Amino acid sequence: MKPLAHLTRNQTAKITVINGGYGFRRRLEVLGIREGQNVKVLSKQPLRGPLTICVGSCQMTLGRGMAHKIMVEEL
Amino acid sequence: MIKKIVLMGNPNVGKSVVFSRLTGAKVISSNYPGTTVDFSKGKMILQGKTVEIIDAPGTYSLKPGNRAEEVAAKMLKEADVIVDVVDSTNLERILYLTHEILETKKPVIVVLNLWDEAKHLGIHINEKLLEKILGVPVVPTVALTGEGIKTLVSRINEARSPIKYKPIGQDKRWIKIGQIIKRIERVEHRHHTLRDKINDLTIKPSTGVPIAIVVVFLTFLIVWLIGESLSKHLIQPVFQYAYKPLIVGFGDWLGPGFPYKILIGQNYGIIDFEGSLGILTTGFYVPLAIVLPYIIAFYFMLSLLEDSGYLPRLATLVDTVFHKIGMHGFGIIPLFLGIGCNVPGALATRTLETRKQRFIAATLLAIAVPCMAQTAMIFGILGRYGIQYILMVIFTLMILYFVVGIILNRFVKGKSPEIFMEIPPYRKPDFHVTFQKTWMRVRWFLKEAVPFLILGVAFINILYTVGFLQWLGNAFQPIMQGLFGLPGETSIAMVVGFLRKDLAVGMLLTIEGMGVYQLVIAATMLTIYFPCVASFIVLLRELGLKDMIKAALIMICTAGIVGIALRLILLGV
Repeated sequence: MKPLAHLTRNQTAKITVINGGYGFRRRLEVLGIREGQNVKVLSKQPLRGPLTICVGSCQMTLGRGMAHKIMVEEL
Repeated sequence: MIKKIVLMGNPNVGKSVVFSRLTGAKVISSNYPGTTVDFSKGKMILQGKTVEIIDAPGTYSLKPGNRAEEVAAKMLKEADVIVDVVDSTNLERILYLTHEILETKKPVIVVLNLWDEAKHLGIHINEKLLEKILGVPVVPTVALTGEGIKTLVSRINEARSPIKYKPIGQDKRWIKIGQIIKRIERVEHRHHTLRDKINDLTIKPSTGVPIAIVVVFLTFLIVWLIGESLSKHLIQPVFQYAYKPLIVGFGDWLGPGFPYKILIGQNYGIIDFEGSLGILTTGFYVPLAIVLPYIIAFYFMLSLLEDSGYLPRLATLVDTVFHKIGMHGFGIIPLFLGIGCNVPGALATRTLETRKQRFIAATLLAIAVPCMAQTAMIFGILGRYGIQYILMVIFTLMILYFVVGIILNRFVKGKSPEIFMEIPPYRKPDFHVTFQKTWMRVRWFLKEAVPFLILGVAFINILYTVGFLQWLGNAFQPIMQGLFGLPGETSIAMVVGFLRKDLAVGMLLTIEGMGVYQLVIAATMLTIYFPCVASFIVLLRELGLKDMIKAALIMICTAGIVGIALRLILLGV
């Protein structure tokens, strides 16, 4: 298990745990990003920049800090 | 009896388009989430009766997480019927909100919008079966073209509240949604399309950054082309050949005196549209012949970029840099617009979430971003001495943007949250929609900004006529000479700069004793010290009085420090 932020581009993994407060978890949840979902990293911006990920048919950009709170299991 | 219909749905599913289709009213929609933070109200005729219809802000959930969602949750309580607008390409996520809505026991009708796009992506949805499972009517639509809207209208009174929905836990809800999806949706396997390829290229840093530079450059080129041709070949000739004779006649009738000075200009018998400060001359000419063409051009290009879905990708690419100065990727939008004209730039600070972010964006915009007209003037007065002088001004401003940004990020209280944003799929912009949107924004400018511009010109003209500006100019003369090594008359240009920055830059050339380094110092300071009257009024409205005073103090201090620093570096005294 490792944070989503440590995946490299084009890697796919399964979300195992989402750390962080209720508000943060909920913000992800309503977008369909939740434990058990598969996630693919589409791009990582350099210098601790944000990640763009794809979950289901939804793409989104989130900050590196947030990506550290999402734990994944590599597939 | 249906009295109030509320449109609900996720951000960026085309709710506003459905709304305009139903009411005939025009609402701005964009291919990025969060265009509608305030709600729009309209009316439609349903079976001979007038019904109120409300377009609620986009929301992912009924449990309020932000201001838009609070508004949406409140609207829902007042609704007689809820039209739940759903993005057919993203059913799973959207059924979550649908379930929450169904649990409220309000009568619901589900609209599967973007139906054409789902088909295009190889997603097949059995809407009849979905209707059976949910127990409420389900209507597929393509709101952009109007397909399915008639069916929607005819079925609105079939909306009902299904009995079988009891509130369940989150996890169970997702399981249930998963089961529904399995039954109704079939996704064809498809190869990577051109769209995926473009998506990949524009978001990956190695190719995305060069592409972004080209896109931004092309945008400015097109804006410049459209703006210049509208101004030079259409609006300016109208003023010259149609409007000018009228003013000449009116001036002759009026005769010399105070009314002439206020309405037409300071010098009797001369019609000077650009610099005379007359209400009927400069007051109309500046907003309509100089600013308006660029407003039209800019809003047109912005609408195109918005509808294509490129902006969220651009925001992703620049996020790292903007995070260091207290904003996040969306901070590029006010900057980008501000380079055209600070007025739309100031308005765009709204796209940022927190007060701190908006304050930083607005202050940096006012300090370090000259508008197109001013930039052109700076090129005009310094270009004759050599490109290096223009670069001095531009580099100083660029460095300032980041240095002041880093300092503000340190000291302004509040939060700068990380970027968290949906990346919508690329869509081909519909020209009809783009033109409509451009026109709505231009109309807004005509209604909300132009009257203030005319009033501003009138106000400055009166101050000039009674001699206040000259007095102010004299009062600041020692400061100009003592602190910045500039001729005393520069202070009058600074005062005029409040009205028109480009005009003030032009005035610098007429001042005696200006060397090229003094020109560099004065042109830089003119950009920094204060926004022009139009941006000032918009900024005041966006920030509120207290924050505007703070921002203004920061601007004046920065101008002072930069002025002294440049004097020491360039003049060496």
